[in-house]
Amino acid sequence: MSEGRGASRWLIPLAVVPVLILLAYGFRTNPRDIPSPLIGKPAAPFTLRAFDGAALSLEALRGRVVVLNFWASWCYPACYEEAPALERGWQAYKDRGIALIGVNIQDKEEPAKKFLGQFGHTFPNAPDPAGRVSVDYGVYGVPETFFIDRAGRVRFKHVGAITDAIFKGNVETLLAEKA
Amino acid sequence: MSAAHASRALVLAGLACLLALSAKAATVDENTVREIAAELRCVVCQSLSVADSPSETAHQMREIVRERLAAGDTPEQVKAYFVEKYGLWILLSPPRQGFNLLVWVLPFAALGAGIVLVGVLVRRWSRRPRAAAPGPSPVDEATRARISREIAEMDR
Repeated sequence: MSEGRGASRWLIPLAVVPVLILLAYGFRTNPRDIPSPLIGKPAAPFTLRAFDGAALSLEALRGRVVVLNFWASWCYPACYEEAPALERGWQAYKDRGIALIGVNIQDKEEPAKKFLGQFGHTFPNAPDPAGRVSVDYGVYGVPETFFIDRAGRVRFKHVGAITDAIFKGNVETLLAEKA
Repeated sequence: MSAAHASRALVLAGLACLLALSAKAATVDENTVREIAAELRCVVCQSLSVADSPSETAHQMREIVRERLAAGDTPEQVKAYFVEKYGLWILLSPPRQGFNLLVWVLPFAALGAGIVLVGVLVRRWSRRPRAAAPGPSPVDEATRARISREIAEMDR
């Protein structure tokens, strides 16, 4: 009996240890950081009509590195922060054969066009009025950026504002790969 | 057949197609749409289901559910589509298999263990005073002898 009581005296404080470990682990992870199941999978095909009327289709870009950026004009400040970096990335890599497409989601045409005008984006942008492309890419919010390799597979996903370094790093990695 | 006839036939065929399409779309049961949407987590407001969320994303997702059902998908296939895109995270209740089974089993296991623990403790506590009762008599031998002697004297 006295032996049992000695063990239980230790057991109760010891039971706290796994709980503390679990909490320490849980509080360090970002609950919004959910791994995309799409990495390594073929990118869902889409056909969108750009704001300027041009047809944008992923199929037509097979063999090229494609950067797909989901954004909205109401997404402040992240989309506003990354917009200049996207344009810089486009200017730096458009001659090396990449395609950059902006997909405007959950937005209205007028503020979206104002946003594009404000940043002077020269890469194609298209609205996704029914949200089909967003769901096909498992988009949670804006901004999110997908990097698609020459074989048409989703390779990297970036949640939040893209930076020059991330853009460059991912694009260089995919450009270095043979088709 | 004249050109006018041909164009009228075309219009009729087109109308028939439209009717067939709308009839097909009408066969989608709104309850099924709701049931599926209720099982999907709204991606922009993580604690609500797609059925309950008033957000535009949820509205679009309900539309996609409706469309897929209209295209002949089973409810299971519709859910599988969302899982394929968002992972199991999108399901409000994790599937009852593998590691996820723990989530379903643990609360009941903990409840059972709690009931057993309470039962054991209650039995132990209710037994202790009874066990203490038949201890050594507080009356010593000398007093007992004296009591019996005095009783005997009273009887006399």
